[in-house]
Amino acid sequence: MTDEVGARPESGAMASKSPVVASVLLSLAVGAYAVSYGVLGVQAGLTVAQTCTISLLVFTGASQFAAVGVISSGGSPYAALGSALLLAARNGVYGLAMSRVLPEGRVRRLVAAQFVIDESTAMALAQHDSRRRIEAFWATGVGIYVFWNLGTLVGALVGDRLSDPAALGLDAAFPAGFVALLIPHLSKVGGRLAGVLGAVIALALTPVLPPGAPILLAALAVLVGLREVPAR
Amino acid sequence: MSWWVILALGAGAYGFKALGLVVLGGRTLPPRLQACVDLLPAALLPALVVVNTFVTDRHLVLDARAWGVGAAAVAAWRKAPLPVVILLGAGVTAAVRHWA
Repeated sequence: MTDEVGARPESGAMASKSPVVASVLLSLAVGAYAVSYGVLGVQAGLTVAQTCTISLLVFTGASQFAAVGVISSGGSPYAALGSALLLAARNGVYGLAMSRVLPEGRVRRLVAAQFVIDESTAMALAQHDSRRRIEAFWATGVGIYVFWNLGTLVGALVGDRLSDPAALGLDAAFPAGFVALLIPHLSKVGGRLAGVLGAVIALALTPVLPPGAPILLAALAVLVGLREVPAR
Repeated sequence: MSWWVILALGAGAYGFKALGLVVLGGRTLPPRLQACVDLLPAALLPALVVVNTFVTDRHLVLDARAWGVGAAAVAAWRKAPLPVVILLGAGVTAAVRHWA
């Protein structure tokens, strides 16, 4: 959910503790983040049921924030869908990485797919043997799923009762959350270039295109990735 | 938001996860495609930040949100936990709105 965690897969604390204990701690932290998603979802005009269904089905924090963020800034459902799915694309890459860790078996993999997120991938890859990798993947994925959905429900119920979100600064909670998700992606030059270009595209096109479209077109900034093949 | 958007979003998000794990499984992407996919969050998140901070009704504006998001950016840079960053962004914006 938080790219923040995914960016530090080699974190010593995570690798040394039992993966299950670390997973539970991480799940609790992510649950707190889910509360803010729940609040913002209903503030953007979704019902409590819709906000919770998104967490159950989509289960990818940045995409969920993007979808409700675009809706609350007046964007069309297509723009919300487009930007959320572009952010979800990286889970395909995590899935590729996890396909080398999880045992064969189509049915089990189809179930496991729902739990392929930043944290479960990072926690699994931080372990040193294959048994602990599998254990860490399931413990983190399922643990976060439970707390992500509980947190969403709590947040949606709370958000439903707030009368004046602007007085509480909740409109700034969206970009604040995005900033936190963004920081780990700025560690390399390519990320910084793409980031500046994405922001410039979005601001420049805002006055001339319908809401949401500038965010979608900001994705073109990834083409800076073509300038060099990254050293891995 | 209508329910079909929510279902499409769920199907699409699951589709990407399953594409990597079940369909492609074990293969590697061409390095240039991989580099572009890796950069998606770096390109989209700043766009979401600036549009949600500096835009109201398709006009560029500078208001209390800029202070809140600025404070949040400093906190995030100093590796504050995510809920703290979000609360700070909302809190500073609310305070500036109240007293400015």
